[in-house]
Amino acid sequence: MPDTFERLRDLIVDQLGVKAEEVTPEAKFTSDLGADSLDIAELVMALEEEFGVEIPEEEAQKIETVQDAVNYIDANK
Amino acid sequence: MRRVVITGFGVVTPIGNDVKSMWQSILESRSGTARLTAFDPTPFSSHVAAEVKNFDPLQFFDKKEARRMDRFVQFAMKATIEAMEMSGIDLSKENLDRIGVIVGSGIGGLNIIEKTHSAYLEAGPKKITPLLIPMLIINMASGMIAMRYGLRGPNESIVTACASATHSIGDAFKVIQRGDADIMVAGGTEAATTPLGFGGFCSMGALSTRNDQPEKASRPFDKNRDGFVMGEGAGILILEEYEHSKKRNAEILAEICGYGLTCDAYHITAPDPNAYGATKCMENALLDARIDRTEVDYINAHGTSTDLNDKLETLAIKNLFTKEKSPLVSSTKSNIGHLLGAAGAAEAVVCILAIKNKIVPPTINYETPDPECDLDYVPNLPREKELKVVMSNSFGFGGHNATLVFRKI
Repeated sequence: MPDTFERLRDLIVDQLGVKAEEVTPEAKFTSDLGADSLDIAELVMALEEEFGVEIPEEEAQKIETVQDAVNYIDANK
Repeated sequence: MRRVVITGFGVVTPIGNDVKSMWQSILESRSGTARLTAFDPTPFSSHVAAEVKNFDPLQFFDKKEARRMDRFVQFAMKATIEAMEMSGIDLSKENLDRIGVIVGSGIGGLNIIEKTHSAYLEAGPKKITPLLIPMLIINMASGMIAMRYGLRGPNESIVTACASATHSIGDAFKVIQRGDADIMVAGGTEAATTPLGFGGFCSMGALSTRNDQPEKASRPFDKNRDGFVMGEGAGILILEEYEHSKKRNAEILAEICGYGLTCDAYHITAPDPNAYGATKCMENALLDARIDRTEVDYINAHGTSTDLNDKLETLAIKNLFTKEKSPLVSSTKSNIGHLLGAAGAAEAVVCILAIKNKIVPPTINYETPDPECDLDYVPNLPREKELKVVMSNSFGFGGHNATLVFRKI
């Protein structure tokens, strides 16, 4: 079973149309991966579905980097 | 008065995903109709449709771009890319404030509406994608085209059901003629062959149910016609002010010189039994073009293959033209099906190809003459003929009528 980061990376590659090597733990969704507000909203939906977690709006706003997302998922799934 | 010419075009159609292959299919009298594949049509009254084949959006857009476009926008973008390339316009030398877009659609993003609605019923509002609204709105085709090329001129979308594309081209022609832009990207796009879109037309009894002979289902003006064939696709034309096109040595494909538009003001779906609106529409287009009716060589008819349309369009043509000087008439819907809000654009492209190649496109599947449809419909095979003046008709639910006039240049 691939770990959280790998699953998340595949999902980000699919949703944002970026290359896998661009998706590093430090990468910021907006400035590094080019996500706009619609992408973020879509990505949150996709994460919830993939990992079976709930990400409330105020929590979603705190997630800036890929590692932030990994941490949130691992702590809440 | 500023003159307006066509300097490029592109299409996505059920008989070819570019202009060259579409025209080749027309010359070969091919039909794009087959058993519907997008979903199982068995429970519906009609089982046939004219679908676009082998369209891979990733050939034209990156993954993220493609994800943000409903199928109807993807078609419009692909046709625009082809049209822009053909026009040879070098955008780095143009004033982008003077280039605009008018691309219409009859129905818009029905794909994403249905998909999202199903997700909502299944799992509630959290499943409503944030892309729903930007993907479903009809004007997003015009918006996305402008974004791709940085076109900051007049930009809007016309919605008049099956007349949307013809109105879009006509209105774009007027935008240039009155001086608000020098170049306009204009046309129509449609991708509404979904269970609800298809089922809606089925319930009206509007679609052909010749399910055992799909390629024969679209048979405009034939006595045994039994409804239209739902199609999908897009057509985009580059309209350009004449002097502007000369200055950059563009290849001029034809002149667009007349535009008429009227309304039946009669019934939500049925045409006026006297064909007053359609007659007046063609008459107005010729007045606008300052062309006498005796000069019209060919009419690319709306010709849907429904009982009423074909009968009443024939009547309208007979109202306006004398028997001795009646132009040739044919319906490209016999090949490509009814592209609804894209129909008039694909058919405008066919009109211009007819002028350029001196070939009148046929009405295929014409087997049994109908006493109420007694014109020369160029049955089954293309015909060689020099064409100077060509008209194209589109009529939409709501009683919307639109006619364009093209001239050899």
